[in-house]
This record gives sequence, C-alpha cells and structure tokens, in this order.
Amino acid sequence: MIGAQLGFILLCLAMALVLTALVRWQSGDLLVLTRLACGLVCGAFLCLVGCFLTNSFAVAYVLKNSSTLLPWYYKLCAVWGGHEGSVLLWAMLLSVWTLAFSVQTTDMERLFAQRALTVLLVVKLGLLSFIIFTSNPFILQFQELNSIGKDLNPLLQDPGFLLHPPLLYFGYVGFAVPFAFAMAALWSGEFSNQNIKLLKPWVLLAWSCLTLGITLGSWWAYRELGWGGFWFWDPVENASIMPWLVGTALLHALIVSQKQATFLAWSILLAVTAFALSLIGTFLVRSGVLTSVHAFAVDPKRGLFILVFLIAMISWAYGLYLFKAHKLLVTKPMYWFSRESSILINNLILFVMMLVVLIGTLYPLIVDGLGFGKLSVGAPYFNTVMLPMLLIFLLFMGLAIHLHWQQDSLSRVMKKVLVPFILSIVGAYLLLKGLFGEINWLTCMIVALAMWVLASLMLSLYCQRGRPKKANYWAMWIAHSGFAFSIIGIAVSSGYGIEKDLKMQPHESVSIAQHQVRFIKEQSIMGANYHGALVEFSLDERTAIYPEKRIYNVGNMVMTDAAVDANLVRDIYIALGEPLNSQAWAVRVYYKPLIRWIWFGGVLMFLGGVSALYHYRRHWWLNA
Amino acid sequence: MNQIQKNKFKFLIGGMVALGMVVALITYALRQNISLYYTPAQIIAKQAPKNTLIRAGGMVVSNSIERSKKSLQVSFLLTDYQQTMQVHYQGILPDLFRDGQGVVVRGYVNNQNVFEAQEVLAKHDENYMPPEVRKSLQGNKP
Repeated sequence: MIGAQLGFILLCLAMALVLTALVRWQSGDLLVLTRLACGLVCGAFLCLVGCFLTNSFAVAYVLKNSSTLLPWYYKLCAVWGGHEGSVLLWAMLLSVWTLAFSVQTTDMERLFAQRALTVLLVVKLGLLSFIIFTSNPFILQFQELNSIGKDLNPLLQDPGFLLHPPLLYFGYVGFAVPFAFAMAALWSGEFSNQNIKLLKPWVLLAWSCLTLGITLGSWWAYRELGWGGFWFWDPVENASIMPWLVGTALLHALIVSQKQATFLAWSILLAVTAFALSLIGTFLVRSGVLTSVHAFAVDPKRGLFILVFLIAMISWAYGLYLFKAHKLLVTKPMYWFSRESSILINNLILFVMMLVVLIGTLYPLIVDGLGFGKLSVGAPYFNTVMLPMLLIFLLFMGLAIHLHWQQDSLSRVMKKVLVPFILSIVGAYLLLKGLFGEINWLTCMIVALAMWVLASLMLSLYCQRGRPKKANYWAMWIAHSGFAFSIIGIAVSSGYGIEKDLKMQPHESVSIAQHQVRFIKEQSIMGANYHGALVEFSLDERTAIYPEKRIYNVGNMVMTDAAVDANLVRDIYIALGEPLNSQAWAVRVYYKPLIRWIWFGGVLMFLGGVSALYHYRRHWWLNA
Repeated sequence: MNQIQKNKFKFLIGGMVALGMVVALITYALRQNISLYYTPAQIIAKQAPKNTLIRAGGMVVSNSIERSKKSLQVSFLLTDYQQTMQVHYQGILPDLFRDGQGVVVRGYVNNQNVFEAQEVLAKHDENYMPPEVRKSLQGNKP
C-alpha cells in the first residue's frame, strides 16, 4: 500500500519536473530535469511491480489482475496484463529511451538536441497526464481486503507473454526517438548528414525489437489462442504491423538519404508516420474502441482523452511537416533504373500496404461512427490486397541489391540475374512438387519469388567473394534472408495446411497428410491454479501428443491448451474442443507444413537488425 | 516537351495507373469481405439479406444446444429477448460458448431463415459481452 502511494507521488513529481523542463527548455537544466523525470517514472513502475510481488490487493489494479496462486513470474506478467499497467509500461519505456537518447545528445548540435528532447518531453507530458487523470494504476480500494485476487486472464499466463508485450512496446515507443529527430529537423529546417548517422541506430533498435515482438506475439497466438493461426488480422495485430511496415521503409529510406538528399523529406514523413501509427496502435486500438481479442475495458473518459491527445499530436506533427518540409525538399531527377529507384518503389509499396491495413482497421470504426451500422472487415480483404503488392515487392527486393546507385543499365543487370531468377522458379516448382506431390499455383508463385530473394543474396555473395565486407552487408544479408524464409513459411503453411475438425473417441484414429493420429486415452489433471483433462494422442504410433483442457480456479475460465509435435518441415497440432457423450471429444487436428519458418525468419530479421547495430558500437561507447 | 518534362510525364502517368489499380483493388476487396451486423429480430423480420455473409449476435437460449450423435453438427437458439432464431454450425465451439453467454456468429441466413454459421465467437472473459451484442440488447429485458 505504501508502494502504491509512493508510486503515485513519483508520477506526480515526474509530471511537475516535465512541466518545469518544458518551460525552461532552452536552459542548461533541461538535460538534468529530463533525466530526473525519467528516473522517477521508472521508479513508479518499480513500485507497481513491488505491489504485484507482495500481493498488495489494496491496490485495485493488483486485485483485478493478480492472485496469490500465481507463480512470481506470472505476477510480473500481470503488471502489464491490464490497461493501466500497460500504459505505465509505455511511459516507463519512453523514459528508458529518453534516457538513452540523452546520452547521445552530447554529440549533437546543442539547439537540435534541445529541440529533440523537448519533443520527447511533450509526448511524455501527454502520457503522464493520461495516466494520472484517467488510468491511474495505484488507486486503492477497501471493499475486498481478504481476497486471493481475481487472477490474471489465463490466456496471458504463458512464457511468451513475459517477453512479447515489453518487446513490442519497446519497439513502438522506440519510434519516439526518430519522431523527435524528425520534428527537430523540421523545427530547425535542416537535417545534417551527421544527424542522419546518429538517427540510424535508433531506428534499427526500435525496428529490431518490434520485429521480435511481433514474431513472439504470432508464436503466442499460435499456441495459446488454441486454434492454430499465426496471424488473424486482428486490430491489435494490425496496430503492430503498421509501424513495422513504415519502420522498414524508414530504415531503407535513411540509407538512401545519406547518399541522396532527395530522400530527406520522405524519410522525415516516414519517421513522423511511424510514431503516429505507434500512438494510434497503442491508444486507439487498445482503448477498446474496436472489437478485438486484446481490447481492455472501455471507459468514455479515456476514449475522449485518447482522441484529443491523438488529434493534438498528429496535427502538431503533420502541421509542422506541411509548413516546414519544403525547406528540406531537394528535387533532383532520379534515373528510373537504379538502386535508389528500386528502394523508392519498395518504400512506396510498404507505405501503401500500411494504408491498406489502416483502412481495413479503421473502416468499421468510421462506418459505425457515421451511424451506418456495425460491420467487420474479414481477413480475406487483407490477403487479397496484400498479395499482388507482396509479389512486386519481392521482385524488387531481389533486384535492388544488384543495382548500382544513381544509374544502371537494364541489359547488364539482366545478364547477371536471369539465371538465378529462372533457377528459383524451377526450384520452387520442384520443391513443392517433391514435398507435396501437387502444385498450388498461388503458393508456387510466392515461393518462387521468395526463393528469388534468397538466390539473389547468394549471387551477391558470389560476386563479392574475396572482397572485405562490412558488418552492414551481413546484417542486410541475414535480415533479407529472414524475410524470405518467413514468406515461404506463410505461403506454404497457408497453401498446403490441412485442418480437420472431428469427433474422436479412444482407439479411433485419423490420417492427415500421411500421418496417423490416434486417440489413446483421457485422464484428469491438476495444476497449481487449474484443473482439467488431458488426452493422450499418438502420432504414427511413435510420438505422444498431450493436448489439455483447463479450467482455472479463479473465475472458472475454460482454456484450450493445444499441443504440437513440431519439426522443421511440419507441425502436427492438436487442440481439444469440448467433451461429447461417452468419452468422445471434439478434436481439431492440423497439419501445418513449414510453419516454423515464419518465426525462424522473424528471429533472423531481428538478428539482422541487431548485427547492423554492431556497426555503431564504437560511437556509442565513445559517447558514454 | 524536353526530356526531363517527358520523364516527369511518364512518372506521373505510371503513378496514376498504379494508384488507380491499388484503389480499385482495395474497393473490390472491401466490398467482398465486409459483413454487416444484424440482430435476431431483424433476421426474423427478414430485414437481413439472404445468402450473404453477415454477422448476428445475441444470447444463447438455455437448454437449446443440441449436438448430433455422429458428427460435430450442432444447433442452438440465439435470442435478443425479442425474437429467437435457429443457428446451425458444424465444428468446434469456442471455450466460453455456453447457455446464457453472449456470442457473435458469422455466416449466412438460408431460405428457411436458419442461420448457417461458419464461425462462432465467444470471448475469453466471464464479464465480457461483445460490444455489438451489448448495444443491441440495451432496452430489451430478459
């Protein structure tokens, strides 16, 4: 209880400091005040963690999201299991980023650094007042004192959830730093090459964390939501993919910006948009305005605050862009066939992809707001629109790394890439024919282009043999191959996956893609905070698979705990539906080929991003 | 026109064509894949289009769930406390599907005015009520 009061006091103090710092932004105390405020917010977060670990159920938020039965690591999860805690996590992470950024400011021109810090402080001010006035996690309650707590939503009791939200948020919030750079650049009307160089590692780090966060989230959904999908085009997933798409575009635009001033204004637009999308993602979507698996409680006061905050931030950012961007605008004719033109095409595709997701996500909201009725946009919308864009994207992705900067000739490149291109098409055909015996043409087309990306990476390695390569090159290599692997996994598991819903009883077996799955027996189980049933299945009479049905003691919630037999080539996934008459169960059996590749590719992309950071290590240590 | 103007013109045309294609694709895909929400009362009153993908929501009527003995075929009644309609579904029901629970179904209304569901959604929270259902039930008393 003391922890809660202390936490709230720290938050209020931090807010006071942020206000003081904003008033005195041109003075020398800005840095000290900012760092102090950041420290206080981190302290407040630790207070909340303390409340959870000590089961302080006098705090309403703790009572609602934790219980004495939870193991300590899930109590940690529970800190960000609800709305208030996750907003505090957001504020804490923003503080961490601001602190890290404040170390770098010594390397910058003073006014530019002050302006960038001011922008970060404005964001923080909005966030802190949102917490203090509408989403205070430290509110006390005295009605239920001898409770054991209402428990964390069992869906969230998963090791994936320990890492997924903090990483995802770390990525989201990370785009605040590029945003601050972009705003400061607009403010001062110039963006020096030195500043672009300083900005790049921030984008890389945020992007890498976001990538890993999305990958973990998809893996969690696959195992924990019980029904074997890896991506549902759920509003919250969309909220995370939008900044990712724009962040990816930004990463590549910055590389070009260092060589071509023509890309500057575009990069700034991307940086502003990436953060605006992070805000829309965390606040609009999370606030429960949209129907979503992830939506937290709806509270009209919060909704209004969020809306005002969002509109203020977005109109500030884009307004500044509108009036100041022309100062950074450099027009120079670009040759149509060059590396930068290819990157520009893919940048535009990424941006349009983001718009497509944005339209699909907000369309129901807008239609409802205008009073035209409730509707929902189905997953096929996203798949239909994304597919043709993805194909073009992959084509240029493979092509771009073989092009010269500024100008290249079509015939030279054609001669170089034609053989690998044809080989990858033949390779995709043979691979699918060999693995599955039949050809799904749509899948084959995507796989062929993804293999083209891989082939072109190999080719580039071959062409550069014997030459020294920079860390950046390897980073690109790893990240691009990861993307290709993910795409292959997505295409093949969706195109060749088999799903069977059946009624099964002991000793009954079913065949799925040349595998035999047999129902062996059912037994009851007892866990720390749940009880339920476990069914033993055998796969090809060799391996056993144990899916469970759990009933959690607090709140009587029923959960499906699916079980998977996984290897690199395929997953056999079994989930229990409900018990039917006389020992029989409703059972869902999935055969998912190459589905592991999706997450493997995601991890590779993350590693690629991190290894690009390696390039900057020396600059960093010099500053610190 | 000089060379630079010609190039600009080409880019402009190319950009317009690409943009037009994207917009066409988006409109087409949106049109195919949106599903409007109706209440059982509207469906019984035949206000909902037949054989079109729609959603409907309400409470599952107590003791109305009937399972087939042989397959995963299931049928139940869905009510908004004004009207009650029959829903057919083949497959696995979500964990929180039970008597008296608010659910959303997605599927088609057939010629007998029975809802053929492709998907049944119930949320993972005791207190949770899909917002559409909550809104459409407001004012109707059990």
